[in-house]
Amino acid sequence: METPLFTYTLRLADNALVLGHRLSEWCGHAPMLEEDLALANMALDLIGQARNLYTHAGAIEGKGRSEDDLAYLRDCPDWRNILLVERPRGDFAFTILRQFLYAAFMHPYFERLAASKDETLAAIAAKSVKEMAYHVRHAGEWVIRLGDGTEESAARLREALEDLWPFTGEMFEVDAVEQALIDAGIAVDPAAIRPVWNATVDHVFGEALLARPRDGWMQTGGRRGEHSEHLGHLLSDLQFMQRTYPGATW
Amino acid sequence: MYAQALNVAEKAHADDPELRARFQRRVDAEEKIEPNDWMPEGYRRTLVRQISQHAHSEIVGMLPEGNWITRAPSLKRKAALLAKVQDEGGHGLYLYSAAETLGVSREELVEQLLTGKAKYSSIFNYPTPSWADIGMIGWLVDGAAIMNQIPLCRCSYGPYARAMIRVCKEESFHQRQGFEIVMTLAKGSPAQKTMAQQALNRWWWPALMMFGPSDRDSQHSDQNMAWKIKRFSNDDLRQKFIDATVPQGHFLGLTFPDPELRFNEATGHWEHGPIDWSEFNRVVRGEGPCNRERLKARQKAHAEGAWVREAALAHAEKRAARKAAAKIAAE
Repeated sequence: METPLFTYTLRLADNALVLGHRLSEWCGHAPMLEEDLALANMALDLIGQARNLYTHAGAIEGKGRSEDDLAYLRDCPDWRNILLVERPRGDFAFTILRQFLYAAFMHPYFERLAASKDETLAAIAAKSVKEMAYHVRHAGEWVIRLGDGTEESAARLREALEDLWPFTGEMFEVDAVEQALIDAGIAVDPAAIRPVWNATVDHVFGEALLARPRDGWMQTGGRRGEHSEHLGHLLSDLQFMQRTYPGATW
Repeated sequence: MYAQALNVAEKAHADDPELRARFQRRVDAEEKIEPNDWMPEGYRRTLVRQISQHAHSEIVGMLPEGNWITRAPSLKRKAALLAKVQDEGGHGLYLYSAAETLGVSREELVEQLLTGKAKYSSIFNYPTPSWADIGMIGWLVDGAAIMNQIPLCRCSYGPYARAMIRVCKEESFHQRQGFEIVMTLAKGSPAQKTMAQQALNRWWWPALMMFGPSDRDSQHSDQNMAWKIKRFSNDDLRQKFIDATVPQGHFLGLTFPDPELRFNEATGHWEHGPIDWSEFNRVVRGEGPCNRERLKARQKAHAEGAWVREAALAHAEKRAARKAAAKIAAE
């Protein structure tokens, strides 16, 4: 049986690793050299966050699982990331808009998590706040450039927004697992993040001449282990070596 | 603009023997030549070719290693590899900047790469089918690159020499990291040892070829030595590399794919069997395992990124126009 704190920590870790993995797929293929470096930077931040969070999750669980055991030896139903982060990388508009939507949520989230009663989570969050501030700035500037750039870039950005918007709702979900931790002062209440996220999104969309979609039906399931078709393919890349050579040290 | 002016000024004095003599005296005295200084056209051309080839190699070199970022066998290795490939991109960026000080634009140089006009290091036309190749690239390819590049930290051209100091620091970190990957495999399971040995078999000879043709056949050496762009001959650097690397491989319990490799007690050097220069020439000509693939990957990234670069430019122009309009309105 997973304890709430283990599940909660795993959710944060899986979000970071899966999105970091998606960003890392760009390395060597970005639209310009500067962006190769920037996307790799953000990927490294997220993979670093994931490593700290997995190590903490392993300690909470107390069964001796390492960061690599958690990353490389779980199948889809045991992954707890939101669906947003497992969407394939798409074009640059999709990648950068997703990064912005995610970072605009995680930056204020980590600010609050830095005051968590779980000291390790608080320390990881305090370190991650600065990283996410950069992601918001960098991705936000690109959203503005693309939205207020050429006709093509604006069209691509609108298309990406239509694809991504139904996946934003899951960031704000709270289930019984998390409610107990929120009440205990360990987890962050995403309801408190909503106004900050709205303000950031509205500001950047305003500059980007991008109309905010209506909050209609939202996709859900990743945090409970109900994933899209895409996660399995990501895992088949991610886990290839550990699955092919069980128990080896690298 | 400035660089063009420089070129015109330089052409007017191209044959001035006094300027040439003064230039050579400065080089001989180990003074650094800076972008504003007079320099012979051949010196400038040689540096543009060498620095841009070096930059292109860093960029194309991201591809074979990038092939393993999503499949690295642990989170630690994944982060280290991603950081390493990012470093290569960074090297490319400041090498392009160093080349730009000689009056060529990055766009021009990238165009030369994409049209196949410019060359890059042939080593990156070899594939990375296994994780051990990532170790071998760090240990052997970066190891060979360092041998080539340490003397470039004293290159007579200031911007290149300074860029190389930073590049070398990072490369030596990569080389140790690569050696550590290979060591982990060599000390691992039988399957891991086999993986390491197979990768060594693949990379050893191409790594030796990285130093270029034998001194007997190298075209540019004498002039480049006089200009202090080059300080050691290809064969000397190759020998240094072999002497440093062979004992490391033996320490790991690996076998070099050269039956004639032996230590000469009298000279204190490792002697190697003949290098298959026909393979080297084939790969340089474009007939290596991945030449077409590597170039196509670069072309594809460039083409697919065109709309992004156009958007960035269009946005910058709109901003500038709005700022100018606001200024006029305020006046």
